[in-house]
Amino acid sequence: MATTEEIRAQLAELVNDVAGVPVEDVQLDKSFVDDLDVDSLAMVEIIVGCEEKFGVTIPDEESKNLKTVGDAVAYIEQHS
Amino acid sequence: MTLQPSTGAPHARISGLGSALPSRVVDNAEMCTYIDSSDEWIQQRTGIVERRWVAEGETVESLSLAAGRAALDHAGLTGADLDAVIVSTVSHMLQTPSLAAVIAAKIGTDGAAAFDIAAACAGFCYGLAQAESLVRSGAATHVLVIGAETLSNLTDLSDRSTAFLFSDGAGAAVVGPSDEPAMGPVVWGSDGGQADAITMSNPWPEALALGETSSIVMDGRAVFRWATGFIATAAERCLSAAGVRPDELDLFVPHQANNRITDAMLRHLHLPESVTVARTITHYGNNSAASIPVALCDMLASGEAKSGDLALLIGFGAGLVYAGQVVRLP
Repeated sequence: MATTEEIRAQLAELVNDVAGVPVEDVQLDKSFVDDLDVDSLAMVEIIVGCEEKFGVTIPDEESKNLKTVGDAVAYIEQHS
Repeated sequence: MTLQPSTGAPHARISGLGSALPSRVVDNAEMCTYIDSSDEWIQQRTGIVERRWVAEGETVESLSLAAGRAALDHAGLTGADLDAVIVSTVSHMLQTPSLAAVIAAKIGTDGAAAFDIAAACAGFCYGLAQAESLVRSGAATHVLVIGAETLSNLTDLSDRSTAFLFSDGAGAAVVGPSDEPAMGPVVWGSDGGQADAITMSNPWPEALALGETSSIVMDGRAVFRWATGFIATAAERCLSAAGVRPDELDLFVPHQANNRITDAMLRHLHLPESVTVARTITHYGNNSAASIPVALCDMLASGEAKSGDLALLIGFGAGLVYAGQVVRLP
């Protein structure tokens, strides 16, 4: 079972790959939209990437609640 | 007696390509007189700088005919050489007769078989798959495949989530016999469970009863998710089915739906730098079934592509439906 930090680090790589956000900026308290400037299309791609990377299913209605990096990491921890 | 089976060519190839674009250029500045948006926002979300819409006198039929004639010229053939004409369109506003039958007559075939197919933005690749099968089965020697749309007639100019996307154009390919393999197996399918992801605002009788027209509506989020996940994987399957390694590929020509979808596919596919990627959406918008052949013609004309190149094509759209194959360019 991956630790919170390991999941955050892998997610940070994904966010960097998709949206060009520096890895070190992708911290648990950061909002994807407001702090990291991730737009809605990039967010969809990050969600699809998470599903592939972490083997979780993130339905659209759930993905809308993942506002911060911490929200996404918690969801992955609970569902992987 | 013995019933004679049909016998066809050992292989099929694309022998000619042609395209036709309408004359009216609609840039983002004009688009923003219809919708509350900005040039920067449209470019950032789609890559589109301008699109083409039909002007007075230009129709899905006139574009189809021009693209078809150009493809025949490129192939060194005439209409009389054709045994079948397939037109993929969702914007021919007569349900019957088919546009293909009209084109078959006007382009000078000697009564070639003709039919339309409705596979939206995957239509050109669906048509190529059918043409390839017809040539190899012996049902036809030369087939003209046309993807043609005037989506501007089906665009809701008050819908700020789609109005800037859709455009008009036509592209065509002649498919004929070959001694060497030049068209890989088609990878195709549908997901009607997502039929609502791209659909019409109303069935026509209901729209007309309301005194309205019907237009395309799209759940962009659902389509983006499907295209960047499932379709990117389908593109990989096209390569595997053809036995072509990414480093053997020259061109990647996905349906020009959105540059952001193309970007996401590329992150998934990890194609080498040597592969040239179609980006014709920038100047033509999303013209659905026409986008892939229009891109191929543009890339050949500009020198980005050359005769003999191996191209990975993948179309995807309303249905949802998709089809892709690896082809060698004429």
